[in-house]
Amino acid sequence: MSEEQIKNLEAQFEARIARDEKIEPKDWMPEKYRQTHIRQMSQHAHSEIIGMLPEGNWITRAPSLRRKVALLAKVQDEGGHGLYLYSACETLGISREELYEQLHTGKAKYSSIFNYPTITWADIGAIGWLVDGAAIINQVPLCSTSFGPYARAMVRVCKEESFHQRQGFEIMLKLAEGDPKQKEMAQDALNRWWWPALMMLGPTDDKSVHTAQSMKWKLKRKTNDELRQQFIDQTVPQAELIGLTIPDPDLKWNEEKKGYDFGPIDWDEFWQVVKGHGPCNKQRLNARVSAWENGQWVRDAAMAHAEKQELKSNNKAV
Amino acid sequence: MKKNWPLWEVFVRSKNGLEHRHFGSLHAADAEMALENARDVYTRRNEGVSIWVVESKNITASNPEHNGELFEPAQDKVYRHPTFYDLPDEVKHM
Repeated sequence: MSEEQIKNLEAQFEARIARDEKIEPKDWMPEKYRQTHIRQMSQHAHSEIIGMLPEGNWITRAPSLRRKVALLAKVQDEGGHGLYLYSACETLGISREELYEQLHTGKAKYSSIFNYPTITWADIGAIGWLVDGAAIINQVPLCSTSFGPYARAMVRVCKEESFHQRQGFEIMLKLAEGDPKQKEMAQDALNRWWWPALMMLGPTDDKSVHTAQSMKWKLKRKTNDELRQQFIDQTVPQAELIGLTIPDPDLKWNEEKKGYDFGPIDWDEFWQVVKGHGPCNKQRLNARVSAWENGQWVRDAAMAHAEKQELKSNNKAV
Repeated sequence: MKKNWPLWEVFVRSKNGLEHRHFGSLHAADAEMALENARDVYTRRNEGVSIWVVESKNITASNPEHNGELFEPAQDKVYRHPTFYDLPDEVKHM
């Protein structure tokens, strides 16, 4: 194809997206669109399955059967969400093997929030309330993103995700209503998760390299700073409601902008964690890689069984 | 040995009276496992009463590049639609 033909196709492509048409896997698309989508969807998928680890840590120690079934269901959902997203990603011609390879070798990233430890039961509450809360704010606009398989996966993810945040908030609520020690546990979890949750919404707009292109492709409908403001404005009253204090001395309602002003975010910490120096980066990746490697014989055995069965039924047919 | 589980497409009938609809895909060693995994992944909240799985390689798809010759001929055949025909106003319900 000549350069001019490609330019022409690109112009048509951008016009389709501007008209809110969806792009499907076999449609022509610019190589950059394909690569950007593989990067974002796979990061998203990796985040779902790595996100199972910090919470999985508490399944056997959940304080009641009610909490345990809810947490089990939530972690199972996350595995499912990973699968929806991997599948959507595979429609762009990359194999599951390659995607895992990228995760396991550290070539692909996952959300840095999952590199923080879950030290107490209250952390499970804080994750549901804050981490899933921030994730939902990020994900809802993606239900109308331009790439069909991604949008469809996100519709399903968002539908299922709403219980996740509620179960987390309920945990915090109960602890906050409990004895002083329990309330302290809830406050401590909020103190540790608040800032990482704010960072989770991504670098500030002036530092975010992909924002402009992603807005054009509807991979992003609001900027990181807008999403962060929305998250803060929605979460502060929830903390007040259950009598917990947001760990930010600069937090103040700004009547003029009808939103909260907040203190500086420690972006050095964010980049440290992204670069692999967070408290649990090694632990998370090791757990993931060893689960994959130790499962190899199971996958092989299932494949061998399937082939044997097929051979048998073919012989019968003859 | 290194052979990856093939990809399967999953179709779910959400309730009797409706058709099976494409829900997504997954990897599984064989049809039986694909069905079991589909049940765990796509019907955790009463989404369905029946599941079909078919190995993705068995699906033949049209190419969007041929959409012109495939689908455009239908556009100028307005006589396939009831509104093409002129009837007196007195005729109701036809």
